[in-house]
Amino acid sequence: MSPGPDAPTRPATPGAAPAASAVPTESAAPAEAEPVAPPWRGGAHRHVVGVPAYGARTSGGGSGEFPLADLPGVGPAWAWGGADGAGVRVCVVDSGVEGGHPLVGEVDRSVTVVDREDGTVGIADCPPTDVAGHGTACAGVIRAIAPGVSLSSARVLTDGKNGSGDALLAGLSWAVEEGFDVVNLSLATTRQALAASLHELADRAYFRRCTLVVSAHNRPVPSFPWSFASVVSVASHDEDGPMTYYYNPAPPVEFHARGVRVPVAWPGGGTIRSTGNSFAAPHIAGLCALVLSKHPWLTPAQLKTVLFQCAANVAHRTGGAHEPGR
Amino acid sequence: MSPADDLDASTERRLLRSVVQVARHAFGAAAASVFLVDPDTRELVFEAVAGEGDDKLVGTRFPAGTGIAGWVASSGQSMLVDDLRESRQFDTKAAQSTGYVPDSIMAAPLFSGDACIGVLEVLDRGAEMPAREMADVALLDLLADQAAIGLELLTRLRETSPSRRSDKAMQLLAMAEALLANTHG
Repeated sequence: MSPGPDAPTRPATPGAAPAASAVPTESAAPAEAEPVAPPWRGGAHRHVVGVPAYGARTSGGGSGEFPLADLPGVGPAWAWGGADGAGVRVCVVDSGVEGGHPLVGEVDRSVTVVDREDGTVGIADCPPTDVAGHGTACAGVIRAIAPGVSLSSARVLTDGKNGSGDALLAGLSWAVEEGFDVVNLSLATTRQALAASLHELADRAYFRRCTLVVSAHNRPVPSFPWSFASVVSVASHDEDGPMTYYYNPAPPVEFHARGVRVPVAWPGGGTIRSTGNSFAAPHIAGLCALVLSKHPWLTPAQLKTVLFQCAANVAHRTGGAHEPGR
Repeated sequence: MSPADDLDASTERRLLRSVVQVARHAFGAAAASVFLVDPDTRELVFEAVAGEGDDKLVGTRFPAGTGIAGWVASSGQSMLVDDLRESRQFDTKAAQSTGYVPDSIMAAPLFSGDACIGVLEVLDRGAEMPAREMADVALLDLLADQAAIGLELLTRLRETSPSRRSDKAMQLLAMAEALLANTHG
């Protein structure tokens, strides 16, 4: 893609004119007055300092190289070679999942958020269906990457009158308490009032060895929980490889996976192509399932380290960066 | 629609018509439409359309959470799907009810503060420029933002102007009373 059309909407990068001119310059070279960052540290977004992270646009092509990673033996072959995700339980927290779809297969557990009489929301078992199609699409991506996983669904996007925020909290909380190994959340909320609860929930998941894989919101509004450090956050790159992913040198979004014209399952047994960060996250969720099926003792922090280590732009012992990972 | 019709319409409607016309033109699309979320029922209400399908659809309601626009409204995230006609069972009912079955849909949310108040949708954008998916979505996001800001300004204007008007009326009344009091004094 061309960076042209959306360039003016990007937040200013560090060292851009307004920031630089606000600081009295002491050295002779005003443009380089700030300390030189090490090459592996990407630019900080102005908007992440002390405030919730904003949206992340799709990366065009690969990111810069990361020459420093050196955990001998930890590479794609070690991480997921020969794995199919068997024994790993993945929950898709979304609009529901259509069970029996050729690209999705069996849905082991299917629940939905329901409105209680007292105005709060609860969780109830439901048939594996999906009126919107989005959850089915995410589930199909996970199944394609990790055919052996156990897939479950928690529907939090309902047609009820309850705010999607309460439903999101209830569904995500259920998934964490149920002890799923990986939770795919291709959703974000912009409601500030939910930030603290979601943060607590994300931390609880992290310490319970439940890896939350969350898609980054694709527009510049503060949104959660993808912007939290305890989750694995994913935005899109525009390449075709389902297993190709990059570490992003300028977090909060940490990984870029396939998210453009992704062939995805659609309710009714069909397939469509869809674009968005929503479909990048399940690629990483599927990869997490592969890694955990081989190395089930990994904590979310270790798992994220493995993801970093195996990213296509991180040099591993087989050669340089930007080489096929598998 | 004729310019005279346009002048009769509310400013909101004219704004939304303008937005869908711009969106349709910008993408060389078969159609562009905008839905607003009914705050009580959370249904999506068809508010304006440019291109295929027409103004007779305005006012049509779709249940919350259904289809692509429904997911966009619930999740607040934009989305693009292609190759819909290859899908055997893409929401045909809803598509047929709009009189046009598209091959691709791109949809972006309209935000007011942190609430999604509507969805801007573009059907079958022109395919002359390949591999522009994310740039197209980014542009649609910008158009949706502009529409949402316009709506918010109108909402604020309507909320504030009557009270201001009454403030002025109160001031006039007070002045008149003061004058009357002086003449009596």
